Amino acid sequence: MSPQEITVHEPTLPDEWELVVGLEVHVELATQTKLFCGCANEFSTDPNTNVCPVCLGLPGSLPVMNAKAVDYAMKLGRALGCEVQGSVMARKNYFYPDMAKDYQTTQYDKPTSIDGELVLGDGAVVGIERAHIEEDAGKTTHVGGGGRINDATYSLVDYNRAGVPLVEVVSRPDIRTVEQAKAYVNELRDILLAIEVSDAKMEEGSMRVDANVSVRPVGSNELRTRCELKNINSVRSMGRAIEYEARRHIALYADDEAPRQETRHWDEEGGRSTPGRSKEDADDYRYFQEPDLVPLAPAVKDIAAIDAAMPVLPAARRARLGELSDVSPQVLATVVERGQDTLALDAIEVGADADKVLTRLQNDVAVSDWSKLTSSSLAALITMETSGELTATQAKHVLADLIESGGEPAAIAAERGFEVMEGNELEGLVDQLIADNPGEWSRFTSGDDGDRKKMQGFFTGQIMKATKGQADGRAIAELLSRKAN
Amino acid sequence: MTARSIAAAVASGARSAVSVLDEHLARVGEREEEIHAFNLVTEDKARGQAEAVDAAVTAGEPVGPLAGVPLALKDNMCTRGIPTTCSSKILEGWRPPYDATVVSRLADAGAVFVGKTNLDEFAMGSSTENSAFGPTRNPLDTGRVPGGSSGGSAAAVAANFAPLAIGSDTGGSIRQPAAFCGIVGMKPTYGAVSRYGLIAFGSSLDQVGPFAANVADAAALFDIIAGHDPLDSTSIAGFTPNAVDHLDRGVEGLRVGVVRELCGGAGSVKGLSADVLARTNEAIEALAAAGATVEEVSVPSTTLGLSAYYIVAPAEASSNLARYDGVRYGLRVDAPTTGEMNAATRTAGFGAEVKRRIMLGTYALSAGYYDAFYGKALKVRTMMLRDFASVYENFDVLITPTAPTTAFPFGERSGDPMMMYVNDVCTIPSNLTGHPGISVPFGVGDDGLPVGVQVLAPALQDGLTFQVAAVLEAAADGGGAS
Repeated sequence: MSPQEITVHEPTLPDEWELVVGLEVHVELATQTKLFCGCANEFSTDPNTNVCPVCLGLPGSLPVMNAKAVDYAMKLGRALGCEVQGSVMARKNYFYPDMAKDYQTTQYDKPTSIDGELVLGDGAVVGIERAHIEEDAGKTTHVGGGGRINDATYSLVDYNRAGVPLVEVVSRPDIRTVEQAKAYVNELRDILLAIEVSDAKMEEGSMRVDANVSVRPVGSNELRTRCELKNINSVRSMGRAIEYEARRHIALYADDEAPRQETRHWDEEGGRSTPGRSKEDADDYRYFQEPDLVPLAPAVKDIAAIDAAMPVLPAARRARLGELSDVSPQVLATVVERGQDTLALDAIEVGADADKVLTRLQNDVAVSDWSKLTSSSLAALITMETSGELTATQAKHVLADLIESGGEPAAIAAERGFEVMEGNELEGLVDQLIADNPGEWSRFTSGDDGDRKKMQGFFTGQIMKATKGQADGRAIAELLSRKAN
Repeated sequence: MTARSIAAAVASGARSAVSVLDEHLARVGEREEEIHAFNLVTEDKARGQAEAVDAAVTAGEPVGPLAGVPLALKDNMCTRGIPTTCSSKILEGWRPPYDATVVSRLADAGAVFVGKTNLDEFAMGSSTENSAFGPTRNPLDTGRVPGGSSGGSAAAVAANFAPLAIGSDTGGSIRQPAAFCGIVGMKPTYGAVSRYGLIAFGSSLDQVGPFAANVADAAALFDIIAGHDPLDSTSIAGFTPNAVDHLDRGVEGLRVGVVRELCGGAGSVKGLSADVLARTNEAIEALAAAGATVEEVSVPSTTLGLSAYYIVAPAEASSNLARYDGVRYGLRVDAPTTGEMNAATRTAGFGAEVKRRIMLGTYALSAGYYDAFYGKALKVRTMMLRDFASVYENFDVLITPTAPTTAFPFGERSGDPMMMYVNDVCTIPSNLTGHPGISVPFGVGDDGLPVGVQVLAPALQDGLTFQVAAVLEAAADGGGAS
């Protein structure tokens, strides 16, 4: 059967409320070494084995900035359309066992990148406030009690992750729907992959999202009290968390109450958020310039070099495909996300129908390895399909073979014995089936919509079975409909 | 014997490093109980190093410029496998897994590490009375303090437990104890000597520097420890120390400025004692007699230095000392929750002065107070840099006393932090500006205790401080000082 349009259930908020979301995304940079020392940027080793005096924050140790991390951060800034400026590192002071120095070395009032934007597939523009460099902390496992720091029996700390380079990308509160939030994260991930600064795997924690959520009456421009949601582990989980939080706020306002500004913990299993630290009694981080590091002053020529080497980013790649076709933004997004756009462009260039090429790629090339599929064989296949030499079903089979073992579509079709069935041959088969199944036929001709649909499926299936899938589905449908009238 | 003559004798085979060590350890045996210069005498380590030097000499292998010279390390310099305490209970028993860059350089130069010296806890103090392990006594008068915070290093050199010592100077912690103990102590240009492995107090102010009984030894030690270190991002690339080359250059034609505000002139800071000012004036006369042009000069912002320093240094310290939380190393006092454990550990592990400065610094950086305190202190720093830059357009070096008084008796100031802080009024400006400064003995005060005179120079002119100090040393030895 042909693939169906999948309708995504978009939960809508009550009409009078509008969602206001800003996202903070921590991106792990894929450098060889950590941000301030020579330890490998790799923490899947035994606990506390990938450490040194610097990332353990031992007394007397000093940080040395990883030039590659700075380069990556600037690259990301430019990819997000930010101004990349002279920046200074700062200390964010607070006590936590997995922070070896009990301060985090980060950027505060002079971050590397400011004032950018990210354009979503639907054309929405989300402002980027800043993208700053900082170090990651270690990892604490609280054992016993409720598994949180204050009720655990004991806690284990692994510093392997301490000092891993991060860039925190902070969006403006420009996101208005859950779908936009998802699109933002997907888009950012695609950019990270395109510029090769991170492996951007949310499930492995190399991309971590915190969502600042508030709601406001439609038509208002106010920014109401927001809550920061943490512990979001996937794009789907983020969508659920944002929706839950928005509904929680709306319910509070409906009761003439208001949310408190606080950090909340998303409980994926329970499908709810629970209060974390309140911002009212939050730490005063006592930021000040990190005296152990010198300010970063990017040279104009360094930024120019980054710009010159910038690959074509996903938005531009989608736009290019969009100019050539009439498929949905979703199809464009999928094809670009998978990196199949060059293949598509080459196939279209040699004459294949653009819409067919893109929908075939979206529907039938959802595999990790499509290296055997060449643009010329793809173009040939699509041309055979559009000219009627192959039915849709046959084309699908040939495409599967091309992905599996490469080759020429014409040869594969011949080998498989695919020939287009002549119209009268098909009609004969249909007539025979009608005669053999009068009950089903009458349900098709005089039943309700459900019956009609079901019986169309029955007849189509029987014919496909008889022809070993070589019949053209559209032709069958036409015949059935003609005979019923 | 000077450090240089010891090194020459050992390198030539005229003396063995072990015999030199034994001679110094014998003095340690005689007087250390009374003086308490050391937190730890590292005899085994020293003997191993001395034997290695002797073996190299016997084998005809090349040895370093400090071959066989006993040297004392301030106990805030990380030494691999050897306890490094900062004279704090919070670090008692901790053994660093690495050597400070300066320690490695000295080991490579053939120095013999006789011990880790006492200090005011985390280098916070001016008398070494703030050590968790008891005070150090001034070898010249054991009823008096040796100065601080590097009091143990200064006392070790003054008592000839070692001809050389390493200290650290955040607001005068090398120069003031050098003055009190009648030896030479020098704070290098910020970034001239690596801070890697120096346990931080005020990171933007801290510098490691040399102590010696004479200017030439101090210069030789400086030349070994200074120079770029890629492990310290604030270390100055391309700086090649050449202090020894400056020793015989004299002061003929040098323009010497006498800082009015620190020498009892108009608008001067209070509390500079008459005998100290008298020696300083004699030093100035000696320089003039040696051919320098001498002129009084005003550096108005120096009077703000003390206030700015006591905001910047505690602010940085409050952050630098956060890591002593009981989680990873050193003392841990158990308590039901992590936060309570942190608090109990820090309450038990830190002394009163350290706690005072952590609180001062935490307050100065707090939201709502930053601009009024830390922000303003940074502005004073900028102002001082500007003032000194304009003064150095017309002067090569500046002269001040090192400390307002000679060594004071135990307990005289320990009850009054403000009285103690004023000790640093002449030394603090060069920490805030990052400029080099040296203290050289010049005569004695009314109490018969040594007076130190300070020579200040622009950034990277470290050699110049030794050059002028050498002339003052010769003048003092030649009877130019009372």
